Amino acid sequence: MATPTLEIVSPGLLTTVQDLGRFGYQRYGIPVCGALDSVSLRIANILVGNRDHLAGLEITAIGPAIRFAADTTIAVVGANLEPALDGVPIPGWESVNAPAGSTLSFGSPRDGLRAYLAVAGGIDVPMVMNSRATDIKGGFGGFEGRALMPGDILSAGYSHYSSTSLSSSLPPDISRQPTYEQRFTLRVALGPQNDSFSEAGVSTLLGSEYTVSNDTDRTGCRLEGPIIEHISGADIVSDGTALGSVQVPGSGNPIVLLADRGTTGGYTKIATVVSADIGLLAQAMPGAKIRFEEVSVEEAHAIYMNQELMIADLKAHVGLDLTGAISVRSESGVFTALDSEGRIIASPDVYPTRRATRQVSATVGGERFDFEIEVATA
Amino acid sequence: MREERQPVFLPSGDRAMVVEFGSEIDPEVNALVHRATAAIERAELDGVVELVPTYRSLMLHFDPSLTRYDALQQAILDLDMDEGGAAGNQRRVVEIPTLYGGEYGPDIGFVAENAGMSESEVIEIHSGSDYLVYAMGFSPGFPYLGGLDPRLNTPRLTTPRTLIPGGSVGIAETQTGAYPVASPGGWQLIGRTPLKLFEPESDPPAIINAGDRVRFVPLANEDAFLEIENQVQDGSYSVAIRQV
Repeated sequence: MATPTLEIVSPGLLTTVQDLGRFGYQRYGIPVCGALDSVSLRIANILVGNRDHLAGLEITAIGPAIRFAADTTIAVVGANLEPALDGVPIPGWESVNAPAGSTLSFGSPRDGLRAYLAVAGGIDVPMVMNSRATDIKGGFGGFEGRALMPGDILSAGYSHYSSTSLSSSLPPDISRQPTYEQRFTLRVALGPQNDSFSEAGVSTLLGSEYTVSNDTDRTGCRLEGPIIEHISGADIVSDGTALGSVQVPGSGNPIVLLADRGTTGGYTKIATVVSADIGLLAQAMPGAKIRFEEVSVEEAHAIYMNQELMIADLKAHVGLDLTGAISVRSESGVFTALDSEGRIIASPDVYPTRRATRQVSATVGGERFDFEIEVATA
Repeated sequence: MREERQPVFLPSGDRAMVVEFGSEIDPEVNALVHRATAAIERAELDGVVELVPTYRSLMLHFDPSLTRYDALQQAILDLDMDEGGAAGNQRRVVEIPTLYGGEYGPDIGFVAENAGMSESEVIEIHSGSDYLVYAMGFSPGFPYLGGLDPRLNTPRLTTPRTLIPGGSVGIAETQTGAYPVASPGGWQLIGRTPLKLFEPESDPPAIINAGDRVRFVPLANEDAFLEIENQVQDGSYSVAIRQV
């Protein structure tokens, strides 16, 4: 059987290898990076039978042409960039078999900005600091630390699933190809430095419409609109940044910090976009219109949990059964579970979490069983 | 947390929070940050993804599947920050061999002239004390150092260089530091270290940690620089680290 490789015939505008990011090294100044629309990458992975965190390709606006050396199960999720296999349009948001010798290509950006290609087994590039994400600015990770170029040859990892063992599509209640409105509302929790802004400044943020500027990239989404007023200046002694931090420098125009952001920054951050809404920003074109709506931190947690439960349901629907063992779900989330020998039997695969324990119970035939589940680094 | 100075907790969305000990650049505030970082790490609190200590606060990234803002805040308040004892108070001083002046530090003449002293006095002062690594950031492996002797304060270059070699040691106003990798920049360059301050293939990827001290140790000549550079290349160099 031929090696499952992908040959980059043409790279498109900006195509990079990304996973869910590089965690644990921000204290050394290493940015997280990873897919900007991480939920789309996760869904693409699920559709081809991968764990969420495996690497795929992030494709920006103008897609690449990719030739497959062997039969490969693929899925394209996120923006509709008109994917086609040997010139025949293929659906996004479901898995497709790309036969040996076939070429995946893209047309025009129809809807949204970034599409994610997952291949069964994941894109297999060396792990750098526990991640396969490309750090373009740092020049490491991904494929040789850079965006893909013509002639690059990528390998796929080993896949546990044959293309027939999984459902190829998402449940009917999940819209297959969403419409990415170019006028939308982002939910934000105020803080950490909302106290550095006047009441009018906070009202301006929450009551105005902002436009995505041309000067927007994987580091941050720059917005233009009414000036947000500080109380006494925009500069602070540099502190840490978070995904979705709404930083307001002296210009008074907000910048939402994204995956490639610096780990520290010296400007006030008025609010933080809830993580579930970051994907909307990743799909926003320059010129898109954005409003902000305040939610509490508790509401932001609930939004996150809804997203994770939706993804857990997707896995169940697709038939993804990570090791043929159990998956664990409770009201407060979905956890990595270990069996008695310490092997991972189920995992949300999002974070390299250190450790946690949870009690869960199950009732079988009227008898109640209590379990303690230990969560450990995936 | 038995501390006279209680931290302030600031939300940073659904997956991060700031634990803030002050608003200014101050070694004592920074020490509280590093002590809290160590204590939270020791405690292996549920759901903590990573900790990013900076000058005056700690950015804590967490997994909301496993913990929540309120729960984490309470767990941190319940920690005993002093538990580390003597070990917790031990500090590392990382020695950075540096060749000052010449083509390795082309701006040392300007720095000396600006300070009204000789180049050898600049070297003596710059290499004569330990610098506190308040935080790492700006770029991979870049240490934010504090403690530059005010006599060496020098304005930035009026026109930044388009490319500064990796390892360059420089001064910009009240700051001193070393560029981990080649990059553009406007610092006055007074020397260069043969050490690689950032190596993505290594774990950890940087030889300096936030909370460490750094000491620049003058090298006698270019031969000494090249010898260390070769040792760094073939992996035989071991960084000198003193415990104080």
